[in-house]
Amino acid sequence: MVKNIAVMGDRESVKGFSAVGIDAIVCDEPTDASAVFKKITEKDKYAVIYITEELFEQAHKEIERYSESAVPAVIPIPGARGNTGIGSARLSSFVEQAVGSDILFK
Amino acid sequence: MAIMNVNPTRMQMTKLKKQLLTARRGHKMLKDKRDELMRQFIEKVQENKRLRDKVERELARCSAHFINASAVMSKKALDSSLMSSKQQTGIEVKSKNIMSVDVPVFNAVTESPNESDIFPYGFAFTSFELDDAVMSIKELLPDMIRLAELEKCCELMAAEIERTRRRVNSLEHVMIPRYEETIKYISMKLEENDRSSRTRLMKVKDMLLDKAHNYSERY
Repeated sequence: MVKNIAVMGDRESVKGFSAVGIDAIVCDEPTDASAVFKKITEKDKYAVIYITEELFEQAHKEIERYSESAVPAVIPIPGARGNTGIGSARLSSFVEQAVGSDILFK
Repeated sequence: MAIMNVNPTRMQMTKLKKQLLTARRGHKMLKDKRDELMRQFIEKVQENKRLRDKVERELARCSAHFINASAVMSKKALDSSLMSSKQQTGIEVKSKNIMSVDVPVFNAVTESPNESDIFPYGFAFTSFELDDAVMSIKELLPDMIRLAELEKCCELMAAEIERTRRRVNSLEHVMIPRYEETIKYISMKLEENDRSSRTRLMKVKDMLLDKAHNYSERY
């Protein structure tokens, strides 16, 4: 089963990815993030969706729906505007969920 | 701890004892499962953390390359040269079972006519900074896919560990003590019944003997 990869973010952040064969989905308005995310996940075409941290936060509710299923993997990445640390925070939250307290990265 | 609402009979007690045994065995197995899951999770999460730091660093470098490129090229030219792609990247999704958790395994499938020629544009009207930028993203791709796999794996495992831990705790602190207490209650009740029937029998025996030999008249 071969699926595609998508990168979702503002124009600046996703620019380079289309050149290497990844579907770049432009979403310049953070408020549209949920709607756009919903649209691209509808067809179950993508196995991995990289999403800029900014939009990740906005579309959090939609993304949560896929947290129990194996695909798509929704991965926050820093956008062109820099790193907000959500990715690492997410990782810490996994550790917290599993262990009960954040024992790895304090 | 509240005891269960059961009839204090011998049959009920045997049944409960069997259930207690099952609960103990289940508790032991779940505990083992939790420990093993935890071990693998810690390993994975540490690798995940390392990889995430690396990918975040590299991505910052990539966007720096693009900023360089956009500084020397017009926005229009830049956008149009990146519009199409020679390479098609897909992901082959398989699944792997780690302690009953189904985690995905991603294999990148890249289709490009020529490995060394990935640039979707001619070199005549573009700057070399753009080449750098595209190249750096291409090099980062395997790491990003590995990161996706690991993060999904950690996410699923964390949920499973939490569930397993809840089960272990509920067995350990609620179910097993409750069974034990109920069994104790039934066995005490049965002993009590035993004693009461014994005293009754003794009493009846006394009364019968009394009637047969007329003890009370003789003394």
